[in-house]
Amino acid sequence: MSLLELKNVSKIYGNLHALDHINLKVEKGEWLAIMGPSGSGKSTTMNIIGALDKASEGEVLLDGVDIAKKSARELTNIRRDKIGLIFQQFHLVSYLTAVENVMLAQYYHSVPDEKEAMEALERVGLADRAKHYPSQLSGGEQQRVCVARALINYPEIILADEPTGNLDEANEEIVVELFRKLHEEGTTLVVVTHNPEVAEVAQRTVVLRNGKIDHESINENFTGRIKHITLQ
Amino acid sequence: MFIRMIAKAFIRQWKKMTMIAFTIALGASLATAMLSVMMDVEDKVNQELKAYGANITVVPKEASVVNELYDVGEENVSGSYLSEDELGKIKTIFWAFNIVDYTPFLNVEAKLNDGSPVTVSGTWFNHHMKLPTGEELDAGIASLRSWWEIKDGNWIDEQGKDKKDVAMIGRALAEEEGIGVGDKIRLAGNRNSKQLTVAGIYDAGGEEDDQIFVTLDTAQALGGLEGKVDSIEVSALTTPDNDLARKAAKDPGSLSVAQYETWYCTAYVSSICYQIEEVITDSVASPVRQVADSEGQILEKMKLLMILITFLAMIGAALGISNLVTASVMERSQEIGLMKAIGAHNPAITGLVITEILCTALIGGLIGFFAGQGFAQVIGHTVFGSAISMRPMVIPLVAVLVTVVTLIGCIPAVRMLLNLRPTEVLHGR
Repeated sequence: MSLLELKNVSKIYGNLHALDHINLKVEKGEWLAIMGPSGSGKSTTMNIIGALDKASEGEVLLDGVDIAKKSARELTNIRRDKIGLIFQQFHLVSYLTAVENVMLAQYYHSVPDEKEAMEALERVGLADRAKHYPSQLSGGEQQRVCVARALINYPEIILADEPTGNLDEANEEIVVELFRKLHEEGTTLVVVTHNPEVAEVAQRTVVLRNGKIDHESINENFTGRIKHITLQ
Repeated sequence: MFIRMIAKAFIRQWKKMTMIAFTIALGASLATAMLSVMMDVEDKVNQELKAYGANITVVPKEASVVNELYDVGEENVSGSYLSEDELGKIKTIFWAFNIVDYTPFLNVEAKLNDGSPVTVSGTWFNHHMKLPTGEELDAGIASLRSWWEIKDGNWIDEQGKDKKDVAMIGRALAEEEGIGVGDKIRLAGNRNSKQLTVAGIYDAGGEEDDQIFVTLDTAQALGGLEGKVDSIEVSALTTPDNDLARKAAKDPGSLSVAQYETWYCTAYVSSICYQIEEVITDSVASPVRQVADSEGQILEKMKLLMILITFLAMIGAALGISNLVTASVMERSQEIGLMKAIGAHNPAITGLVITEILCTALIGGLIGFFAGQGFAQVIGHTVFGSAISMRPMVIPLVAVLVTVVTLIGCIPAVRMLLNLRPTEVLHGR
């Protein structure tokens, strides 16, 4: 069974079909990149996969459970327990330190544990910046705090929306390297990006256009664990 | 983590929180001042209204019946009197401390030197009494008729050296008879005649300007009515009448035991009258309705005005809080969206925001409370010329008002917060 499966998923705003009968599977441990021009439906797909929004039609199976039919409260629980979110604009709470931002995710999940939060920051190479506020961190460092925050509750899938969109090349490399390590550890990654270089390092790339899957490509040189990928 | 977030949010948003605290402090200070004055105003207004004279008159029972039948006014045609010896008992009733002043009157007819008839009224001016309770009291018309204008001379001083054989004469009579301060006048009463020195000329603005006021014993001597008085005027601090008081005024016997106890132990004018009748033999005490009713009406209107000001102040505070908290939530929409995105439920975020605002309200409320106490004292000294005593009841009332107003002020912000969708605020590019 796939970790994530979208079956005939549509998202309709009035007469506009932001997503039009999308079918997509993501296996456990897979690294998938979603690409496409503006208005192609990337963010809508990310919102639906991330339980931030509901599909108008179709099924969204996460671990075999259709989250498209869940209430707002249940979707919050799904986000809390199963999904790690990374945003282009980082979205760190400005008045909390790096370690406190990581602990915030723990707080809404279970119990904040500073030691564990420090370990998460250590994984992303920011242990020495734990007591710094977001304004005292570079863009790359802020994004790495976001990654630590996304990882802290051991989610089943990490969704990254343009994770390198606000970073320079050096920081872009650091974040991509971080994703590579997470993937090696077995983390499932779905990365929405404009950047072909970022998309190329993923195992598979799906390209959206006008709310539909235009085409998909598999990175033949990638040495991931999942080899078999199905696109319906 | 919760406390850490609250504390850090405070530090980060100190300017906004200061504005919210200031708004709450303004509302709380007005509410505190108005409630403090409102709770103390009854005594203050009562004291003010005492300047307009007595609110209870006591007459012999027979005189009351005759007056009711024939409406003869103040003239004693019944030939019945009250006993001077019992006057001190008025300060022994249950509501003795509410009796702020009283004075007896004895009117006798006399003739002046030229034979013209004149009404001579014997009374206390500043009579000193030692009560059975050990209390000492100065009572008399000098304080009961505080609006009289002394045109010449002074009030008679009963405690001074020249207290004997002195008189005060009304302005109209003095002008008509050509009498001045220091002049000697001879008054011939039914029984005796006396030569008196004019100590002062007063302007009462009424029929009393044609009379002569003398000490009670002088009038008693003129009329041969030793130990007797016609009537007593009493100035008492009273509680405005309600249905119970009105029912009791008609017939105290119609009250149940519980109602009777409530009525008897409340300073209604009717219960004070009833208690005076209990200690003065064969007397009828009745409220001077005009004064008593005015007191009640003025008090009720003042209270209503203060409640209205409190209400408006609180509405103003609620609107101010509403704007500021809504602005704060709008400013923090990305932070709130993020919290929702990473698994925070609405109650958790609402709780966080409301706790922040309630903590601010606590600080603002405390500042407002103490400022309000100051305002109350300013009002007390400016309007009533005395301090407003702090009633403990004001504290919980202001606390409840501030809490309710703060929560009401948070409603628009909370609604916005509940409707905020993370997808709308997290994907800004």
